[in-house]
Amino acid sequence: MSPRGRTVASVIGFVVSVAAIFVLPHWLELFTLINATIYVSMAIMTLSLALIWGYGGILCFGQAAFFGLGGYTYAVCAINFGDSTWAVVLAMVVPALFAALLGYFVFWGRIGDVYLGVITLTMTLIFFKLFNATAGDAYKIGSAALGGFNGIPSTPPLNLPWDVGTALAPEDIWYIAAGLLVLFYFGSRWLLSTSFGRVVISIRENERRTELLGYDIRRYKLGIFTIGGAMAGMAGILFANCVFVSPTMFSLFYNAQVIIWVTVGGIGTLLGPIFGSIALQMIVAELGTIDGLDPNLILGAILILFVLLVPKGVLPSLRVLWERFRKPPAVVEASPPTGRPAAGAQKATPSQQPAADAGGRS
Amino acid sequence: MDLAVVVLLQVLAAVASLALISVGLAVIFGMMRVINLAHGEFIMLGGYAVIYATRWGINLWVAMLIVAPLFVGLVGVIVERSVIRFLYGRMIDTMLATWGLSLLLIGAATMIFGNTTTGVSAPLGGVSIGQYQTSIYELVLIVIVAVILIGMMAILRLTKLGLIARATMQNPAMAASLGISTSKVYSVTFGAGAALSGMAGALIAPLSGVLPTMGVAYVAKAFITVISGGAAIITGTLSASGLLGTLNTLATFVATPVIGEVALLFAAIVLLRVLPQGITGKFFRRAL
Repeated sequence: MSPRGRTVASVIGFVVSVAAIFVLPHWLELFTLINATIYVSMAIMTLSLALIWGYGGILCFGQAAFFGLGGYTYAVCAINFGDSTWAVVLAMVVPALFAALLGYFVFWGRIGDVYLGVITLTMTLIFFKLFNATAGDAYKIGSAALGGFNGIPSTPPLNLPWDVGTALAPEDIWYIAAGLLVLFYFGSRWLLSTSFGRVVISIRENERRTELLGYDIRRYKLGIFTIGGAMAGMAGILFANCVFVSPTMFSLFYNAQVIIWVTVGGIGTLLGPIFGSIALQMIVAELGTIDGLDPNLILGAILILFVLLVPKGVLPSLRVLWERFRKPPAVVEASPPTGRPAAGAQKATPSQQPAADAGGRS
Repeated sequence: MDLAVVVLLQVLAAVASLALISVGLAVIFGMMRVINLAHGEFIMLGGYAVIYATRWGINLWVAMLIVAPLFVGLVGVIVERSVIRFLYGRMIDTMLATWGLSLLLIGAATMIFGNTTTGVSAPLGGVSIGQYQTSIYELVLIVIVAVILIGMMAILRLTKLGLIARATMQNPAMAASLGISTSKVYSVTFGAGAALSGMAGALIAPLSGVLPTMGVAYVAKAFITVISGGAAIITGTLSASGLLGTLNTLATFVATPVIGEVALLFAAIVLLRVLPQGITGKFFRRAL
């Protein structure tokens, strides 16, 4: 697409997504809206992985570590302070700092792809084990009991900044979550268009060449990794507001899910993973209600099929198709335009449909 | 004194079980550079194979040492032919595909067997060392693991099959031009790795019970052991499980089992930071 086309698409996408954010609470029942908020919080986490894996080339198998850390920091701080304002700030700062520390450890050690994956995965497992073992009164941070396997069921909801009296309703949290998703999406696009982002992408393309051009690749990797950590922490806060904080946030299941969503949506795109995550969550939730069908079975089958048939993911394959249709200008097939962030849960499903065709041809 | 013997036996048992659950993965990773994340589910299938075989009246030892490896090995060959062979040389993609396979198998097992723990009772009873009790089965397990590793070493070093496997591992193009069907070698290797995982699952079934999601508990540990061990299959597995298993047991002994697990994982992280190619990337480089 031409640069001008992209801008137009972005503006349209922005308007559509903002409209969707304001329309959805009137359409959906409260329960569905809370579910939609969970989907959006997971989409933010997916976006963070899409950024560091798809653009930074850092295969992180432990995004759930930042997600869980964000959730726990938020819950512990909010309980102790009685006010969620600084809790939110800290819940982004702590995962970011942790990511920076871990990043320093691995990037300055020049640890590559699979080994990096193992280290990040191991980190998540350590958190999972540790937080599972925090049952009992001995494990308290201030007045917040960590609660072991049960987590912190009384995770306080967000309140207006510096106004403890006004706790936010689920609708408000929806606006915040969806708004943040749009913000993070455009923020990521902006970030990738800066010179910092371009260097990050060039590291993904060719690490050695970038280094020989004089860039300290370690710093750039550390930067994008830290940003991804903060974003996943934010997703953790939102998730904690819809459900509650428990060690499952660190589990292999969440780790696996985000990776699957990014793969299916398309590595190296931002919109693909966002839509992929929302659509797949809806599909799995829908199929999970069928008696006797295990959601793991479906997720697994989806992942295998995508790796074999659509290895690039839905969005890149659709782009290839779109380009092919554009050559003879007579054919204006309704391939969805790029630039349509967070158009709400309903919109996501149809855009998944042409995936089978894309797989056959590319 | 008795305590020292018991702790030593526990260390040995921990090392043996770590080596046991990792060796199948190590074969597949060492020979084919494929990281099989469905490894845990191969272990789980081995466990179920034993439970069903004993229910049909097959002797427990036959079920553990023959039926389970054969069954899971067959599953491995089918998986290799239907999925893995399209993905050679694409490490990340094979990881993702086998992860999908892992979820698929967990789902299928939950639907077929139900989400409950089933078990077989451990054979052979117990033995007392001074005032401490330990089960004979755990001791036998140490011996079995030693036999498995020695057997693998013998096959790789002494037989023609082993020679072909090592040649393919070192230089697939050269092996192919000398008339070896590398795709057949890969297929057999994957099957053998799966069979070893199945046997591991069968052997730990009496100790841990069998559950559709049991693999998750093992895959990460096995994965970490194999990567820490590095490219050499047997030496790597043995040295990594020796180091990590000892640390785990000692930390458990000093503190709690959770601290033991955390010590293991933390040691692996530090190890990978210091030796990114694993232990055998630096030491014992010419070993198998």
